[in-house]
Parts: sequence; C-alpha cells; structure tokens
Amino acid sequence: MITRRIIPCLDVRDGKVVKGVQFKNHKIVGSIVDLAEKYSTEGADELVFYDISASTVGATVKKEWVAKIADVINIPFCVAGGIKSIDDARSILNLGADKISINTPALENSKLINQLSKEFGSQCVVIGMDIKTVNNNDYLFAKTGNETTMHSTGINAMEWIKEVQDLGAGEVVINSMNKDGMRNGYDIKLLKKLSSVCNLPMIASGGAGCKEDFINVFKETNVDGALAASIFHSGKYSISQIKSSLVEKKINIRI
Amino acid sequence: MTVAIIDSGGSNLRSVAKAIDRLNKSYVITDIADEIMKASFVILPGVGSARNVMSELKKKNLVDVINNLKQPVLGICIGMQILFEYSAEGNTKCLGLIEGDIQKFDESTDLKVPQMGWNKVTFSDQKLKKFNNYYYFANSYYSDIQKHTTATSEYGNIFTSVVEKNNFLGCQFHPEKSSDAGEYFLQYFFQKS
Repeated sequence: MITRRIIPCLDVRDGKVVKGVQFKNHKIVGSIVDLAEKYSTEGADELVFYDISASTVGATVKKEWVAKIADVINIPFCVAGGIKSIDDARSILNLGADKISINTPALENSKLINQLSKEFGSQCVVIGMDIKTVNNNDYLFAKTGNETTMHSTGINAMEWIKEVQDLGAGEVVINSMNKDGMRNGYDIKLLKKLSSVCNLPMIASGGAGCKEDFINVFKETNVDGALAASIFHSGKYSISQIKSSLVEKKINIRI
Repeated sequence: MTVAIIDSGGSNLRSVAKAIDRLNKSYVITDIADEIMKASFVILPGVGSARNVMSELKKKNLVDVINNLKQPVLGICIGMQILFEYSAEGNTKCLGLIEGDIQKFDESTDLKVPQMGWNKVTFSDQKLKKFNNYYYFANSYYSDIQKHTTATSEYGNIFTSVVEKNNFLGCQFHPEKSSDAGEYFLQYFFQKS
C-alpha cells in the first residue's frame, strides 16, 4: 500500500519563503530554490509551493519560481496561489508542476474544480481548505494570504468537502487556522471529523511542532500526508529525522 | 543518440525532459513522425486521460508510427496504459501492443481514488530485484496482472506497475518524479538496445 507522505511547504511572498502564526505576522525564513533542493534531497515525499500573496491581490502565482523549483527537484510538486482558470493551470503544469492547488478561486467558482479535473485529470486537482473552528462549527475562510483580506465564507467544511469530491477533486489539504504556526500538534479532531465524509486522499496541515505531532496525526487519523512548514524551515528537525521516528513507530513511510 | 519524447498533449513533458537531462542525454520533444522514428529511444508520457491521449495521437497520425517502432519505447502512466488493448477510461480503444485491459480502481470500497503517493514496486525477475523500491503513483485506472507484467504493487488489489513486451516497456508510476529510484529505473530503460 502507499506510504504516508511528509510534505514540506514553502509559503512565498515577494520572492522569499515566509512563515506566519495563525496566518498573520509573516517573517522571512529563507530562499526558495535552496530550501526546495534541500527538502527534495532530504527525502521529502512531495513539495508544496504556495504564493500566499497571489490570491489576495488578484494575481497568479509567479511562474518564474515554478520553473526554477521544478528544475532542482525530482519529487512531486504542487503549486498554489491565485489559479483561476484552465489556462493558468496549464501554464503552471507545463512548467513542471504535477498538481495545482486551488482555494479561494474554488470557493468563488466551484465549477472550476470540474473544469480542471476534466481537462487535466483529477490527480492534478488539489483543493486547499483554510478552516477555522468557531463554537464547534468549521468554516471555510477565503483570501487568507493577507490579514486584511481574509474573511469567513460561512461555508461549512463538511458540506464543502462533499461538494469538491463530487466535482472531481483529486486531493484535499486541510489547513487548520486555529493550529497554524502554533506548533502544538495537528487538529486531530477536525481531521477525524472531515475524513469520515471524505474518500479522497487527505493532507493534514497546520500545527506540527515536534516529532510526536507527526506520529499522533498518523496514528490517530487516516490522513495520507502531513504538511509542515516552520518545523522544517527552523532547522529544528530534518525531514529524515521525522521519517526515522515514524518508521520506529511502524508507520508506513518511504525511506 | 537522441531521445524522442512524444508530445501527446499531456502536461508532464517538461518534467520528463528534465529527468532525461539529468542523465546527460539529449532529447527532443516532438510530434513529428520522422523525428520519432529516427530516435534511439522513445518516451511516451501521458497525463490526463487515455481518451485524450489516444485522440491526440490519432489527430497527429502517430498511432501507426508508434506501433511500428523497433527501438526501445517507454510508456509512462497513461503512456503505459495505452500500450494495452482497451481502457475503461472514456471507453477507449488503445494501441493494442500488449494484451490486456485498463480498469478503474474500485471506489465502492474505502479505497481512496485516485491512488496518490509512493507505493512499493516488486519485480518478479531475480535480475531486476535491484529496482525494487518506492515509486510515485498518481492514477485512478490500472491494469491487473497480465501475461507481460514484470513488476507489481498493491492498492486494494495487486496491480501491474511495470509491463514489458519486446521493445515496449511501460511503468504505471512516474519515474521522473520518483527521486533516485526513478532515475535508476530510467537508466535501466536506457541500457536497452
């Protein structure tokens, strides 16, 4: 069977990798191509490149970076940031990305999911979901790349996940806004709840701070992958260290 | 020595080209029959659907060209699937170079479809065991074990991850995205003559 995936994420703003806390106060943490190459060599199972400013200002992800990253890695590569049309997606895939992840544009125009899936196959279409839990209700947020543009859509996460599945999405990434950058563990409760209605590969995102967080998310939920940013950018752990500790716990991991 | 990467309208051409480039081989991305026929090695990539790739090859008059190639040919993902006779994806008649059909993973179980991630590939021939490794897969359709299957993986059922008949080699995974294992597998292809 397929292994659980460890996925480092490069959140990029203005050409630099940045990291915030609960989607705010972003700080520069490193250079794009250097980090991409490092993670690929260290055994990452996939790399996500996310242009966090694109969607908030109506732009599309910077194509020059897509090509530069694709050239230095030989693992699956997912690109996110303001992709709003078939043509946007095609140009990014042609530059060497394997998947495109859409978030706000899917919320604004859900037909886009179906169009992309028909054109490129569902394995190319990842839906990113920024979810905030308020009083036990899980809501989708849009335009989360910037503190001033982010807002609740009022859409319920359980409903949305069912809808994207029907529209032909190939994978979902669950970003817990409550957990983002807090480094105190993935949102196990949210992931369990959503995976009960999801038959697509699901990636956990937001909250990884130590080895145990990866062990817990894989032991306690059936997510296919765990995405993380700050824990790797800070140099606290390498990807191979995380993977070895998962293998020790008998979790199915590629080493 | 040139590698022809057939342009069948798919979108992973650049990744495949980069992987060839890393092995210091010269390549051409082409849909011109003459260039394909003259190449020492031919790669048939494919992303999208079997139906799209087949209709693209027909439109470009490349079906007979591919069927008559005598040099080593490698089909990747959908490129492998269309080497078979038929694909249930879009009810598509394929090249028919290798006996067998392509079907969809069973979604009625709790199997997640598409299969997306790194899966273990096991070769049956003792000489090829050195290529046993994890490779990257992204597919909703598959071939079960056929006469010419040379390596298998498990996803719900056991399925064909590598198939080989005469000069046609096919892999369901993406060697161009499978890190060092994928590079090593591509070298295996380029050792053929």
